[in-house]
Amino acid sequence: MAQLSREDVLKLARLARLALTDEEVEEFRKELEGVLQYIDMLKDADVSGLTPTTQVTGLKNVMRDDQVIDYGISNKQLLALAPGRQDDLIKVKRMIG
Amino acid sequence: MSQWLPIAHIAQQVQTGRLLAADLVETALKTITDKLEYQAIIATTEQRARERAASIDAVVAEGKPVGRLAGVPFIAKDNFLVFGANTTAASNILKGFDAPYQSTAIELLEREGAICVAKANLDAFAHGGSTENSDFFTTKNPHDPTRVPGGSSGGSAAAVMLDMVPFALGTDTGGSIRQPASFTGAVGYKPTYGLVSRSGVVAMASSTDVIGPLTRTVEDAALVIDVLAGKDPLDSTTVERDSSGYVAELPQDITGKKIGVVKEYFEEGLSDGVREVIQASIAKLKDAGAIIEEISLPSLPLSLAVYYVVCPAEVSSNLSRYDGQRFAYSYGNAANLEESYSKTRSIGFGKEAKRRIMMGTYVLSSGYYDAYYRKAQTVRTKLIQEFNEAFKQVDFLLGPTAPTTAFKIGENASDPLQMYLTDVMTVGPSLVGIPAIVIPAGTSQGLPVGLQLMAAQHQDRALLGLAQGTEGLLA
Repeated sequence: MAQLSREDVLKLARLARLALTDEEVEEFRKELEGVLQYIDMLKDADVSGLTPTTQVTGLKNVMRDDQVIDYGISNKQLLALAPGRQDDLIKVKRMIG
Repeated sequence: MSQWLPIAHIAQQVQTGRLLAADLVETALKTITDKLEYQAIIATTEQRARERAASIDAVVAEGKPVGRLAGVPFIAKDNFLVFGANTTAASNILKGFDAPYQSTAIELLEREGAICVAKANLDAFAHGGSTENSDFFTTKNPHDPTRVPGGSSGGSAAAVMLDMVPFALGTDTGGSIRQPASFTGAVGYKPTYGLVSRSGVVAMASSTDVIGPLTRTVEDAALVIDVLAGKDPLDSTTVERDSSGYVAELPQDITGKKIGVVKEYFEEGLSDGVREVIQASIAKLKDAGAIIEEISLPSLPLSLAVYYVVCPAEVSSNLSRYDGQRFAYSYGNAANLEESYSKTRSIGFGKEAKRRIMMGTYVLSSGYYDAYYRKAQTVRTKLIQEFNEAFKQVDFLLGPTAPTTAFKIGENASDPLQMYLTDVMTVGPSLVGIPAIVIPAGTSQGLPVGLQLMAAQHQDRALLGLAQGTEGLLA
């Protein structure tokens, strides 16, 4: 059965960009262990000769013409959704250095 | 009795000027106000609804055609992008988000003259089976306000059964239309995966997300699907619609229809009350001339485990877009970009969203991918094969929708696994991508029980026909 340590949970939180409180770390540790215990039943399933399913439509390479379609939405409207802006750009915190 | 006529009838009355769209919108808005205590609604779109009603009535006055859903008010689950109100997905992180465009589903309904009057509550990001995971409030079951309406489309189901509107839109990823339909006595339809465009709907688990209606009758559900079905260039997973459409010819005869009763659904976990109602429904179908056979789907008991690997994996990926940089909530006092991401997400996401992100990150992370994600997707293949085999023997499959009737508010809230188990009977069809419909089958101790009927992929038209025939028998 899968066991999770505090460090495992903190690693996942880091990968998922979540800042968890100490209480949340312990809570998720227990809960994730519980769910992992449940999904452990998959281990014994015999799937020899089968390949994984990635989609259920059977569609392949759905293409469309490379054309601009006018949806009546302006750049300004979309930019207005961003929390930080400067001129026509989205402003974020410094990334390098 | 509902205050609403059948949808086709309403539209016809509006087209001929015997009913005014403006009056229909006022009736819907008044009912919403009268039933506020059930907390089914997050926001109304009343100003836009009134404007649309006035313009539809004006077109009728000019003697011009106004569409197959003319003047019909409806409510959309709050994960559909809609003009006239914010789109929140019942989450704090999207609070105040004003959609710059509308979902294809809403556009198609509006093109036929339907009018969105409100946005319905849900479990935040559609994660849950009770609406208790809404970051705002819990919707109450119309039959017993101490109980949940089911979820995640619990607000939509409650809105229909509280008679606010003739139909509501929901989304179903692992049962989120069907389980609330069962809990509230509504008809809930999950079409074939890909039949309805998901453009402009907040994504949850993209390999199983579908859109469908909650209604009082199968006839109404079929008409809504007839308007929504088909390919959309904005959603490359959409499939061709049935050339005959989805509105069935009446009367529907079920004589000689081969229906498989799925054995595994009746094994452990099914409550006695639900079992009795479903068994009685099977007996009625038999009396009416249906050929009933027992069918075994040996991998079905694994479907919930498959789902709770695949779904969180896709959730963790879909929710990565909420990073506080481009739209939605953003933490204001971050020292650097890293902190801006993590604080935004920690404050903005509720517990269940975080839980699923963590779980999904785990099963996709290096070292666990093969053991969990790849294994689950391979068991999914096995499940698909078993359903395909079954549909060689029978035309339809049948089972209950949920193990129990609507549970008490708070009853499953402390244990996430217990909450996940309420999806145990609905996730199979989701993983396989087949259509499934829930129709009211009776009550157990005063609470509704829904019968779940399933068909092979793209057999939506036949399934709706069977459901319409069955609905008459169970009424």
